[in-house]
Amino acid sequence: MDQSIEKKLSILADSAKYDVSCASSGSNRGNAKKGIGTAVGCGICHSFTEDGRCISLLKVLMTNHCIYDCAYCINRRSNDRPRAAFTPIELANLTIGFYRRNYIEGLFLSSGVLKNPDFTMERMVSVAKILRLQERFNGYIHLKAIPGASNELIHEAGLYADRLSVNIEIPTNPELKRLAPEKNHADIYKPMGLIHKGILESKEERKRYRKAPAFAPAGQSTQLIVGATPESDQQILTLATNLYSEQRLKRVYYSGYLPVNEYDQRLPAIKTPPLVRENRLYQSDWLMRFYQFKANEIVSNAHPFLDLDVDPKLAYALRNFHLYPVNVNTADYEMILRVPGIGVQSAQRIIQARKFQRLTSMHLKKIGVVMKRAQYFITNNELPAAIHDIAPERLKQQLLSAEVQKRNPVFDGQLKLFDFTVPNKLVQANRERFISH
Amino acid sequence: MILLYDSSFEGFLSVVFECYAHKLEPADVCTEESFQISAFSEKQFVPTQSSQAERVWKGWQKKLSSKLKQLPYQAFLSGERGIEFKLLQFARLSFTSPEPVDTNFGDPVILEIRKAARRVTQEAMRMIQFVRFQETKDGVFFSGVSPRYDVLSMTLYHFKNRFADQRWLVYDMKRDYGFYYDLSKIEEVTLNEKTFNVRDGRLSPDILNEGEVSYESLWNQYYKNITIKERLNLKCHKNHMPKRYWIYLTEKRNIPRSI
Repeated sequence: MDQSIEKKLSILADSAKYDVSCASSGSNRGNAKKGIGTAVGCGICHSFTEDGRCISLLKVLMTNHCIYDCAYCINRRSNDRPRAAFTPIELANLTIGFYRRNYIEGLFLSSGVLKNPDFTMERMVSVAKILRLQERFNGYIHLKAIPGASNELIHEAGLYADRLSVNIEIPTNPELKRLAPEKNHADIYKPMGLIHKGILESKEERKRYRKAPAFAPAGQSTQLIVGATPESDQQILTLATNLYSEQRLKRVYYSGYLPVNEYDQRLPAIKTPPLVRENRLYQSDWLMRFYQFKANEIVSNAHPFLDLDVDPKLAYALRNFHLYPVNVNTADYEMILRVPGIGVQSAQRIIQARKFQRLTSMHLKKIGVVMKRAQYFITNNELPAAIHDIAPERLKQQLLSAEVQKRNPVFDGQLKLFDFTVPNKLVQANRERFISH
Repeated sequence: MILLYDSSFEGFLSVVFECYAHKLEPADVCTEESFQISAFSEKQFVPTQSSQAERVWKGWQKKLSSKLKQLPYQAFLSGERGIEFKLLQFARLSFTSPEPVDTNFGDPVILEIRKAARRVTQEAMRMIQFVRFQETKDGVFFSGVSPRYDVLSMTLYHFKNRFADQRWLVYDMKRDYGFYYDLSKIEEVTLNEKTFNVRDGRLSPDILNEGEVSYESLWNQYYKNITIKERLNLKCHKNHMPKRYWIYLTEKRNIPRSI
């Protein structure tokens, strides 16, 4: 325990980076009695990593020592890695120091399991306790609930934290048992149910007594690893939609599997994480949360996997061609949302603006509708009828080729000619030269 | 005719008042400084009158929808060329309609106003995101920035709530003024002696608090370690955090250019 703080921070941040969640949203905590900090409902990102993810919270592990040996985890006990552990005081000081300099919105604390779940959870709760009670910190705190910890500790965590989360990681129980024999889904759902109950009770209580303590006011979230096990997108999205409706989760995060333990034979041999699939899952998740789609409209028994070429909304539109074209001047909000090329903001603007006048293509373009896509799916008594006569299969090809042109400008054709004769590395280097800024 | 005013928002509101009072139909409205002499148009300077401005503002407020009460002011802050004339047109549209017209995205003037206001509020948000404080020897947390628009005043409410128990000073280096919070109230200040680098807003090392350097290096360390190298996506990175803010960011200053 004689490592410097700097050393510990680099080890424990490095170990925590695989958790994709970093949201600081959903909580409006005022600054009580001139302490330090507030939580802002919309969440604030204070920086962005070079992989494009937001840094909103100080995301670290309490410790990366762990008694478990899960195949997909970098911190499994059989890995020979540098290990470290923070003391609660160190972590609290670090959080406050960063917060005062406007680096972060608060703390996201997770942990490997040291000794046993209760011991670990207690140390995590004690950090939150120091921050809230001694430092009078009103910023955002996100705590991981450790499966297997006692009900009392989980309840206490909810009283200090804004958000709690339990990671499911592997979407189905048999697969989880295969990769992590010491874990099972029942143990994971138990704290999740407990948190759900706590949130409901506290909401009820606060309706009656305004000053009743809030329990995890920013709700709970979870994470699923995608691509480490053979589950279909249908299984994943069905699980997600159940979590949203039954456990009332605020967010489900999808993490494309990164090959961290390549030596383990139980894992698929892939070199790069399945980023496109992960992106398609997030798009589907957005469709379910903001576009009023149901999981079975996005994936079905006939299409258990998402189309990697086109986004799920376009795929839906192409499968349900009979629902289009949509008349933007008369259609319901729900239907306008289902037009590829129209997002939530554009849809709301259309609804507001069409009270004043009929909208033409010119208006739509200025409002922010992507007409390149939307034109095939809308009418406004102005677009030529011929656009709507294309067969869905052809339309898909047409839209795809337009995308490709956009992504790889001018040089693409020539490179393709060389693709077979030039070693791949050289092509890659060439492409980078053309694309680099 | 071209109407001139003194570049303050009150001055602009006085112009609106003048247009109604004397039934003027100006060809343009601009500040005294930006006015360029042209042979074909006459000019008239409109003096700022607080009471008139007040009347216009009160009347205008009634014609805006509840969530957009600050819209004209925000758009005005953008200081973009020709925004005053568009605002004048917007005022006319507002005053002639019984209902608020600010949600009419089909109207080019209103759309422009909304977009200008959005650019301004976004810049204010970016200040809240990307401002970095450095602690001085006497315990004041200082940050120097040069926002594109004059938006510091829009961030004060946030900073005052959040950092209620520390003294802080945010300084607009481009417009040479800032706001100082002394644990009870916020004051507008102008620093005569610059003890910081006027380009990147960094304090000179001799007035830095002892712990400051170590916190900065801890933060840089953290920033480096939280990146997943297998997933680098510099385009996305730059979209979210445009390069012009990097100069203020502790974590982006010392990193060699990888982009």
